[in-house]
Amino acid sequence: MKIMNCPLNGPRNISEFVWGGDIKPMPDPATCSDRQWTDHLFIEDNIAGIVHEWWLHAPTNFWFVARRNTITDEILETMTVDRFFQQTAAGPAGEPA
Amino acid sequence: MPLALLKYGLSSKHREDPHFRWAPELKKSYDVVIVGAGGHGLATAYYLAAHHGITNVCVLEKGYLAGGNTARNTTIVRANYLTPEGVAFYKESVELFRGLSLELDINIMYSERGHFTLAHTDAAMRTARWRAEVNKHLGVDSELIYPDDIARLCPTMNMSDEVRYPILGALYHPPGAIARHDAVAWGYARQAMRRGVEVHPQTEVTDVLIENGRAVGVETSRGTIHAGKVVQAVAGSSSLMARKAGFRLPIRTIPLQACVSEPVKPILDQIVVSGSLHVYISQSARGEMVMGGATDPYGLYSTRSTLDFKEGLMGHMLELFPFMAELRVLRQWAGMADMTPDFSPVMGLTPVENYYIDAGWGTWGFKATPVCGKRMAECVATGTQPGLLRPFALDRFDRFDLVGEKGAASVGH
Ligand SMILES: Cc1cc2nc3c(=O)[nH]c(=O)nc-3n(C[C@H](O)[C@H](O)[C@H](O)COP(=O)(O)OP(=O)(O)OC[C@H]3O[C@@H](n4cnc5c(N)ncnc54)[C@H](O)[C@@H]3O)c2cc1C
Repeated sequence: MKIMNCPLNGPRNISEFVWGGDIKPMPDPATCSDRQWTDHLFIEDNIAGIVHEWWLHAPTNFWFVARRNTITDEILETMTVDRFFQQTAAGPAGEPA
Repeated sequence: MPLALLKYGLSSKHREDPHFRWAPELKKSYDVVIVGAGGHGLATAYYLAAHHGITNVCVLEKGYLAGGNTARNTTIVRANYLTPEGVAFYKESVELFRGLSLELDINIMYSERGHFTLAHTDAAMRTARWRAEVNKHLGVDSELIYPDDIARLCPTMNMSDEVRYPILGALYHPPGAIARHDAVAWGYARQAMRRGVEVHPQTEVTDVLIENGRAVGVETSRGTIHAGKVVQAVAGSSSLMARKAGFRLPIRTIPLQACVSEPVKPILDQIVVSGSLHVYISQSARGEMVMGGATDPYGLYSTRSTLDFKEGLMGHMLELFPFMAELRVLRQWAGMADMTPDFSPVMGLTPVENYYIDAGWGTWGFKATPVCGKRMAECVATGTQPGLLRPFALDRFDRFDLVGEKGAASVGH
């Protein structure tokens, strides 16, 4: 069984977690165009390589961020949302490998 | 007898023509370049040649012929979808499948088994009723049946109440079938090549050449090729390929796993799917139980197999078919499924002129191979989106006009 390290609860079985997909900036729904909004809802970078993405520890309802390699299936790092946004104040959501 | 056998062995007369005559050299340009020699790319090439007289076509494949998802799927063909758009589309595919052995002159072992989508909850019963009515309205044979009929039609199924999820009913679809997936791809390849189409394995497309917003060729591991039109049919690599052409897709790539048991004598004549339990099973012509479940819980560009998959699958499978406990798993594997938000494919025109897409086939694309090839060929030949493909155009996402098939594909195929 694959183990993921939850920043709140420590190492847990991956079946306790729910994948939340890419971290992407949300356009302002009040001012953005319809096209920008549908893009945000449906279109994905779907990167093969290293990505930052949302994960949920379901039993404790705790959302956090994981840095993961989508080719090798390695979880490189997990961090709280605070730490992620400090680290990547203006950072990119993914780094294509 | 021994002498006759010896003579036969030494003679070359009985040998069939080689199946494929590979073209050693790439030409500098083609009318149509198709990227990806899976069932879809090959079918598109065949119909371009056979129906539209377009034969200056090459199909480029980074691996070997039809070694992608076409070789990895569990070969279920059915038309009992949920939306009118989906039902109409898959209905045409089933009709084409029925005549395919004859048309392609190869035995695709098309075998109609009857397809059961079991319901274990009231919500699943409602969806089954809904699907049955949509299907019947469009002329597809489907009905909601109850436990008595299920027990009669599929005697090996465990209909006991003493289980975690008793069976309340099923959507029954008599035309549901399985076919030999390799033969479908090889048949299309051979017939396309007989008409002049070239298929080049071991030739990876590394870039798309665009001039003034229109596709004019591709860069490959064997050099540059010019193209009047380019078609991408690369299944699990759709986002990566589209990015080379300069646009993004509503797709996430997620592995889908399957496995087969050791072969046994015929014991299961039907195709049984449980949408609520996320498992499905059928018995192949050589006796293996072919089984699968839902997609993996997170995205990945990989075809690795996991123990989690088998544990989750067998937990439910043994409840439906207790005899399965006696069988050993022979092989397991995975393919990369390109999942769209509405569980429907993306076909036809793209923002790039002369660049056509066939993608988003997730876990359900084998059954669409003939119709997809036929209609994509029409799309490429005419440069317009055929009526049957209009609901599946990429720009439906801009218009909030999704084709919601999720209710029909809950185990993912
Ligand atoms: C386990 C599993 C079970 C399934 N079960 C069913 C089922 O029961 N019924 C059903 O209808 N569907 C099923 N599917 C889905 C079905 O297999 C696919 O949707 C279908 O095979 C897609 O066909 P294709 O020709 O588009 O793709 P593929 O057969 O994958 O062909 C695409 C080809 O493109 C090539 N390629 C990729 N990138 C490049 C490049 N840059 N240059 C050149 N070539 C490239 C690949 O090597 C590949 O050979 C299943 C899938 C899986 C994984």
